Amino acid sequence: MSGVRVLVGTRKGAFILTADGNRSDWKVEGPLFGGWEIYHVQGSSVAQDRIFVAQSTDWFGQLIQRSDDGGRTFEAVGNEFSYEGETGTHQWYDGTPHPWEFARVWHIEPSPTDADVVYAGVEDAALFRSSDGGKSWSELSALRRHATAAGWQPGAGGLCLHTVLLHPSDPNRIVVAISAAGAFRSDDGGATWIPINRGLVSEQIPDPNAEVGHCVHRLAMHPSRPDVLFMQKHWDVMRSDDGGRSWREVSGNLPTDFGFVVDVHAHEPDTVYVIPITSDSEHYPPEGKLRVYRSRSGGEEWEALSKGLPQEHCYVNVLRDAMAVDRMDSCGVYFGTTGGDVYVSPDAGDTWQAIVSNLPPVLSVEVQTLA
Amino acid sequence: MTVRVVLPAHLRKLAGVAGELEIEVTAPATVRSLLDAVEERHPTLRGTIREHGTGRRRPYVRFFACREDISHEAPDLPLPAAVAAGDEPFIVLGAMSGG
Repeated sequence: MSGVRVLVGTRKGAFILTADGNRSDWKVEGPLFGGWEIYHVQGSSVAQDRIFVAQSTDWFGQLIQRSDDGGRTFEAVGNEFSYEGETGTHQWYDGTPHPWEFARVWHIEPSPTDADVVYAGVEDAALFRSSDGGKSWSELSALRRHATAAGWQPGAGGLCLHTVLLHPSDPNRIVVAISAAGAFRSDDGGATWIPINRGLVSEQIPDPNAEVGHCVHRLAMHPSRPDVLFMQKHWDVMRSDDGGRSWREVSGNLPTDFGFVVDVHAHEPDTVYVIPITSDSEHYPPEGKLRVYRSRSGGEEWEALSKGLPQEHCYVNVLRDAMAVDRMDSCGVYFGTTGGDVYVSPDAGDTWQAIVSNLPPVLSVEVQTLA
Repeated sequence: MTVRVVLPAHLRKLAGVAGELEIEVTAPATVRSLLDAVEERHPTLRGTIREHGTGRRRPYVRFFACREDISHEAPDLPLPAAVAAGDEPFIVLGAMSGG
């Protein structure tokens, strides 16, 4: 493997950060699409020079850009995300019915087996699929037509479908997460969906054990064990060993179990990373110390990782799509902050350095490990 | 007839154009027929000025002509004569709303 390409989405543009395998000397390119909100930049694992960008503003709406040369040039591809058939309603913040309205793409997930297949998770919550490299998009509408959908209510950021996990070899297995409806799974390519929220407990909803209504912030999966899922919920870090059918809490000794990100080491399926955030109203690290927490036992027992990270007066947040891991022999871990810093640890979390600082607030971080 | 169209910087960049557009439109030119012609010439602008499907002006987009805000006028009304004659441009811009 020759190096890494880190793809960063921010409030005011995209940035591409590249380095060789040492991951110590970085080239920073950007802003690309300056002035646009870049919710997500994601590369294909099948064709490494294919990169998708979810670009939007309140003024001019949604665009999808695609590069086939590793980010040197981009072309605008399909940007029509039309809900299929009757759109129906979900609950609004005040509990009244609200029509489904497309707002933006939150997350792009290329297929791990087909370079032309790509999924888009959108607000208001729905999942779209393209089989022509993003030129056209079709809704997998059974999710939005689920029997519980009329009762889904948006989280503070909107009713967004923000996480899409694709099985490494079975294209029919799709897991998604929606704030604040919860997690859902399809075993037939999106034709039918089941809620997978048993074991989640959320005191912020009338029935804390409800089938849906949980504010799932992020899910993570190691490709070698697709039935093991990790979840950072509004509060609580959770683990499932049966593909999401049941969950148990693994927050253990974390200083707080609120947070947004969760990810899994590239080569150690039981090594998990989270970044605790003080509370649902205090979106900054406890004690003003930016610390990543690592569990080497699949949860419950966590160690603080702080070497190279600011340990005083740090009041940034790390948003749900802003952590990633590379696949180098020594797994690299990356995250970006709302303060505009992007950090790397080339040694699985032991030590950290800032790749770049003072970017616009970081919305997403992904990394490609280059052949 | 040829209508002059001024796009905001973000959309000029997206469309790959510099300066004003000169758009051929069949008389009588309207906002709808003009924007149809703009999108025909520059397909990447579809969905950025008007919503897909409904064709409604996006909420934070404004249309100015002859120093008037004509954003709220019916899209099938004829454009002002000075715009239709090419003496004045049809201006598309993003509303002032911070950010």
